[in-house]
Amino acid sequence: MSSESGVRDELTIGPPGSQYSMSPAEGPSDPSAELTYQYGLEVEARSQWAYARRRFFRHRLALGSLIVLLLIFGAGVFANFLAPYSYTQINLDALSAKPSAHHLFGTDSAGRDSLSRVLYGIRTSARVGILVGVLSTVIGTIIGGLAGYYGGWADNLLMRVTDLFLTLPLLAVLLVAAKYLGHSTPTKLALLLAFLIWTQIARIVRGSFLSLREKEFVEAAKAAGAGDVRIMLRHMIPNTIGPIVVSATLTIGTAILLEAVLSFLGFGIEPPTPALGALLNEGQDQGIDKWWLVTFPGIVIVVIVLCINFVGDGLRDALDPTQRRVRT
Amino acid sequence: MPEPVLSIKDLVVEFRTEDGVVQAVDGITYDLYPGETLGIVGESGSGKSVSTMSLLGLIPQPPGRIVRGEAMFQGKDLLKMSKKDLRRIRGNDLAMIFQDPMTSLNPVLKIGFQITEAIRTHNPGVKDDAAKQRAVGLLKLVGVPNPERRVDQYPHEFSGGMRQRAMIAMAIANEPSVLIADEPTTALDVTIQAQILEVLKKAQQETEAATILITHDLGLIAELADRVIVMYAGKVVEVGDVNTIFASPRHPYTIGLMDSLPKLTAPEEWLRPIPGQPPSLISRPPGCPFHPRCFLSQGRARCREEEPPLRPIDESAHLTACHFAEELEGRTGHLVEPVGAGT
Repeated sequence: MSSESGVRDELTIGPPGSQYSMSPAEGPSDPSAELTYQYGLEVEARSQWAYARRRFFRHRLALGSLIVLLLIFGAGVFANFLAPYSYTQINLDALSAKPSAHHLFGTDSAGRDSLSRVLYGIRTSARVGILVGVLSTVIGTIIGGLAGYYGGWADNLLMRVTDLFLTLPLLAVLLVAAKYLGHSTPTKLALLLAFLIWTQIARIVRGSFLSLREKEFVEAAKAAGAGDVRIMLRHMIPNTIGPIVVSATLTIGTAILLEAVLSFLGFGIEPPTPALGALLNEGQDQGIDKWWLVTFPGIVIVVIVLCINFVGDGLRDALDPTQRRVRT
Repeated sequence: MPEPVLSIKDLVVEFRTEDGVVQAVDGITYDLYPGETLGIVGESGSGKSVSTMSLLGLIPQPPGRIVRGEAMFQGKDLLKMSKKDLRRIRGNDLAMIFQDPMTSLNPVLKIGFQITEAIRTHNPGVKDDAAKQRAVGLLKLVGVPNPERRVDQYPHEFSGGMRQRAMIAMAIANEPSVLIADEPTTALDVTIQAQILEVLKKAQQETEAATILITHDLGLIAELADRVIVMYAGKVVEVGDVNTIFASPRHPYTIGLMDSLPKLTAPEEWLRPIPGQPPSLISRPPGCPFHPRCFLSQGRARCREEEPPLRPIDESAHLTACHFAEELEGRTGHLVEPVGAGT
């Protein structure tokens, strides 16, 4: 009996003397916190970006596409180092030559190296695409943001303008505009395209701002004295960055495709500057037997646009905050 | 009596809805004195939050509208101030602690950044390092362990109690002279509530801010408040210092509120709610808004016909809006056990 009545000075959860027993004297003020740090129970914290990056890199198709895309764009950027010839250099010994060791993609009727022209064409198209992506995102975010944040008549006005742009038959407007502007430089063409295709981003940003506006953290920021601009830039755009990035990416693809269409129809970028669509146009003029003039630039366009769409899909999955799950 | 830091007179706030105009706040008047904690109690929809939100210009207009009234703060009327001037005061001299820490923090911004939001907005030149140091200091003050690490974390890495601590840190960042705490513990469980109470007290001592504590938790009031305002249907029905209100409430609604609390000290099988529903704020009953539910009124014509003014009891600072308050002489409020009892 005496052994049992001995004062229990230990709080014993497991068998006496086991690792689970804890002397009450050493109990820290906040036991859970102390234990957490003492035994490293805390899970390594990951930021939203870290999660997104992880999810993106686990998305094999998107990652592969990104690599292919970087290679293609890289080839365009470094065209002056990579291209075997200048895009205007004429080889009179090889007019309309088939692909060979000297001219991997063959030559056109003027004896210009097709591979070199495709590489420079990528440079032009990528420039147009990225410029349009950035510009239309900026325009769309500003318009959609203002509409969503202020609501009311501002929203009505801006969204009716957006609707107006959405109802324009894109191709017809582009052809008319191109006709009036004449043959254009890549920058001019990019401005024109950006001016026409910002609408989707505007709608996405507006929708997202409309719902964010009602969030309590926005009210809390207001109560802390933050002004409208600060709230939009610091609180709302970071919460919308996912959809914005995705749709900016997809816009690049759309722009490259549109540039190709316009150039193909002969309204795009002024020769001799090679652009992928312009190369297609030149190729089809020279007959079906010169298959290499159409095939290679065509494949490049298809691969670029496909890759951009896959990357966009990957980003959409990666940046979706409701998806905590990481692909395995 | 010292000069009040905040003085509200005859504030009327209404909301236009599809069913009609809702008088959310109907002519309330009160003063807030330096360093004191003023508790505002009342049921949901009694106008507690709206009355303070409208001071900060945080009610959406429309549908909300401040019909009349004035709110003198530092010699200026908050209700007539330009948006820009009001913004300079918000988060600086007048700060707010929000109800739900789970939704009041921006999920994509670091805690440290959000705590220093108010500092950055009001001192544009402040260096990032200095702001971060301040955030660490504030987190330490509100009892967040390991603050150097915690400032760089995101809200989802914080528990509910820790987030509410961060919210308090955010509110006191600029050492406000008035702190409004809108149901600061409602979203938390009881053990955390007690901790947050301690933090609130500490924050208050540190900044010497006069505090408006909005709650429907009488325990919280008993623990924290110096004076109490009881609101019902957009009106102030009783005002007094906390001991007086709990010891000798002089409004039937206050008594009903206290009676409706379950007591741990007495074995009771049933809760004793106040019968009936709060009145619709679109069509108020004539006379005293509380008369349909009141045990004192019992069909008395005066309660139905005449709206009772807020009047002093025994010429003291204890005010009540009941015609028959004298009949409540000797009634004591039930003993309320404070939430933080024993801590």
